[in-house]
Amino acid sequence: MAQYTENELAKDLDNQDYKFGFVTDVETDKIPEGLNEDIIRLISSKKNEPSWLLEYRLKSFEIWKGMTEPNWAHVKYRKPDFQKITYFAAPKQSKKYESWDDVDPEMKETMAKLGISLEEQKRLTGVAVDFVMDSVSVATSFKSKLKELGIIFCSFSDAVQEYPELVKEHMGTVVPNTDNFYAALNSAVFTDGSFCYIPKGVRCPMELSTYFRINAGGTGQFERTLVIADEESYVSYLEGCTAPQRDENQLHAAVVELKALNEAEIKYSTVQNWYPGDENGVGGVFNFVTKRGICEKNAKISWTQVETGSAVTWKYPSCILKGDGSVGEFYSVAVTNNFQQADTGTKMIHLGKRTKSTIISKGISAGNSENSYRGLVQIQKNAHGARNFSQCDSLLMTDHCGAHTFPYIECKNPSAQIEHEATTSKIGEDQLFYCKQRGISEEKAISLIVNGYCKEVLNQLPMEFAVEAQKLLAISLEGSVG
Amino acid sequence: MDKSKDMIEIKNLHANIEGKEILKGLTLTVNAGEVHAIMGPNGAGKSTLASILAGREEYEITEGEVTFEGADLLDLSTEERAHLGLFLAFQYPVEIPGVSNVNFLRTAINEIREAKEEKPISAKEFMAMVREKSKIVELDSKLASRSVNEGFSGGEKKRNEIFQMAMLNPKLAVLDETDSGLDIDALRIVAKGVNTLKSAENASIVITHYQRLLDYIVPDFVHVLYDGRIVKTGSKELALELEEKGYDWIKEEIQVG
Repeated sequence: MAQYTENELAKDLDNQDYKFGFVTDVETDKIPEGLNEDIIRLISSKKNEPSWLLEYRLKSFEIWKGMTEPNWAHVKYRKPDFQKITYFAAPKQSKKYESWDDVDPEMKETMAKLGISLEEQKRLTGVAVDFVMDSVSVATSFKSKLKELGIIFCSFSDAVQEYPELVKEHMGTVVPNTDNFYAALNSAVFTDGSFCYIPKGVRCPMELSTYFRINAGGTGQFERTLVIADEESYVSYLEGCTAPQRDENQLHAAVVELKALNEAEIKYSTVQNWYPGDENGVGGVFNFVTKRGICEKNAKISWTQVETGSAVTWKYPSCILKGDGSVGEFYSVAVTNNFQQADTGTKMIHLGKRTKSTIISKGISAGNSENSYRGLVQIQKNAHGARNFSQCDSLLMTDHCGAHTFPYIECKNPSAQIEHEATTSKIGEDQLFYCKQRGISEEKAISLIVNGYCKEVLNQLPMEFAVEAQKLLAISLEGSVG
Repeated sequence: MDKSKDMIEIKNLHANIEGKEILKGLTLTVNAGEVHAIMGPNGAGKSTLASILAGREEYEITEGEVTFEGADLLDLSTEERAHLGLFLAFQYPVEIPGVSNVNFLRTAINEIREAKEEKPISAKEFMAMVREKSKIVELDSKLASRSVNEGFSGGEKKRNEIFQMAMLNPKLAVLDETDSGLDIDALRIVAKGVNTLKSAENASIVITHYQRLLDYIVPDFVHVLYDGRIVKTGSKELALELEEKGYDWIKEEIQVG
C-alpha cells in the first residue's frame, strides 16, 4: 500500500462518481428473455455441453421451481421477474482468442477502462487474468505459463470441454443445486465463469484473477467459479466486478465453490463494485451470491471481501471445516451508501477436531443505507477443541442509516471456545476536527479514518487490490458525513 | 510596537455556545518570538478561546475580529488556518485506530505543503525528520509507527502532541492545558519540547490552570482570563502571585474597578 500516495488518491477522488458506468458497444449474442426448459436446452446447446451437464441443469431447474425466494434477510426490494430476464448474452465474437492480438479492440478498451490492462499484465507477469463479460469468458492470460506447472486456469466452459471429469467430479459438491433458491437458479442457467485446478504440491506463483463485467442490458449474470486446490497446494485468487449504470435492477446470482484438499490453502479475495444505483436508489445490481469452501485435513480457506457496490447484497462466503485441524477465515468490509442494502456475513461450520475460524467484519453505513452482518458459527458434536473468534464492528456515517448484527452461535461440543466481540460507533466529529486542525481536508480525513478502521481487512488483500479497495472506499463515502 | 512582528491580534471577541455567552470582549495581541500564558479559573473561557482560534464550528462569534498575519482568521476553515501555521495542542487528543502516527503526519505535512504549492516531502526526508523530532520529546520511535494515540498513556498523548507540533513547525502554537494530568517528568519533557522549538519567528499561547508549567516554560506575558475577558496582564511574577493567592483578589479588584 505504501506505493500509493495520498496525492494519487486525491487525483482519483476527483472522479468520484461511479466510473465504471459505461457500456461497451460490442455486438451481443442474446437469446430471448424468459426461463423454461427450452431456454435451458438452448443455453446448453450453444455451449456444446455434454448430456450429463444438460441433465444437471434441467434437474436444477425442477428443484428451483419448487423453491420460494428467501425473505429472511434484512433487505427490501422488488422481487425480480424471472421471465423478464435474458439468461444468455455473450459478446458476439465468442471464439477463443489464440493471442492477445485477436481480441476485439472494443473489448481491449473496456479492459483498459476497468484498469485491467492485459498488455501491462503481460509485461509485469504479476497476475493471470480471466475476463468474463456478460457471463462469457473473453480472455485468459498466462495460460501456457501456468500449464507448465500443471495449473489449469480457464473459463468454466473450456473446463467443461477439456476437463469434463474434473468438472463432473467436483461441481455441485460444495454448493449443491438444492442449497438455496439462487444457487438452484444458477445451476440451471449458468453460462460461464472460471475454473481453476492447482495440482498436488504446487504453489501457484502468481495471483489468479477473474474480472466479471455485466455489459448488456436486461440480462442477468450467472457465473460459476470452481477452484480446486489439490493436496499441499496453494493459490491466491482475486475477483473483481463492475457493471454499467442502468436504471433497471440487474440480477447477479453466482455460485463459487472452493475445495481445499489435505494441507492445501486457498486465499480468495473479492472487490465487489457492481453498480450500486443512483443517489435516489434507482437501478443497481441485485447481488445474490452463494460462496462456500470445504477444507479437508489441515487445509485453510481464507475469504476476503470488500463490498462497495450493488443495490442489494445477499452474500455469505462460508467454510465447511471438515478435516481435522482445518482453518477458515473471513475478512469483510461492506460499505453501503445512499439507498444500498447489504446483508452479508459468513458461516463457519466446524466438523473436524481442532478446527479454527476467524471472522473480522467491518460494516460502514452512510446515507440512508442498511448494513447487516449475519453470521453463523456452528460447532458440531465431533469438533473437539474447535475455536472461533468473531469481531463485528459497525461504523455509522450519518444519523439515518442502519447497522445491524445478527450473530448465530450453535455449539454441540463443550470443549469448543467461541469468542464474539461487537462494536458500533459513529464517525467522530472530534476525529475529523483533529485531522482538520492538522491541515487535512475533510475528504482525506474520512478516507484516513475509514481506511484505518478497515485496516485489518485491507491488510489481507494482495497489494494491487488493496490500493483499488482503498480508492473505492474513499469514492463510495465521498461527502457522506452528516 | 513593531507592526511587522504582529502574529495574531484578537479584538473585542464575543462568542456564544448554545445561546450562552462565553467570551465577552476578549482582546489580545501576540507578536513573533513571544510566549504568552493565559491563566484563569474554571469556566473563564480558556478552552473556548483555543477552540475558536482553531475553528470549532459549534461556537457562534457575535462580535469582534481575529487577524492572523494580516488574514481574517475567522473567515478561514480549520484546515486553512492549519495551512497558515496555526497549531492546537489538544487538551484531550483523540485516538484514530488503524492510522499510524507517521501516515497521519505525512498526510498532514503534504496537505500543508500542497496548500503552499510545494512538492510533497520525500520518504527519506520525512523519516529523518521523524527521528530528529521524536528525540526532542523523548518519544519512543515505536510510538511513531503505532496508531494515532491509540492505547497511549495520558503523558504519551501529550508528548505526541508536542511531537506533532515539532513535525509541523507552526508559526503559532496554542497549547490547551497541555500540563493537565502530567507528572513532573512528563511535564519537564513537554516543556523542553516547547522551549526547544521556540524561535524569533514563531510564538505560542500557553493555556494553563496551574502555575507549575510556567516553572519550565518561561512566559513573556501572563494574562488572567476571567469571565470571558482578559482582566489583568503582567509578567511571570503575576503567575506566582495567582498561585499563592488564588483568583479571588482579582475578582474583587474587578468589582472594585
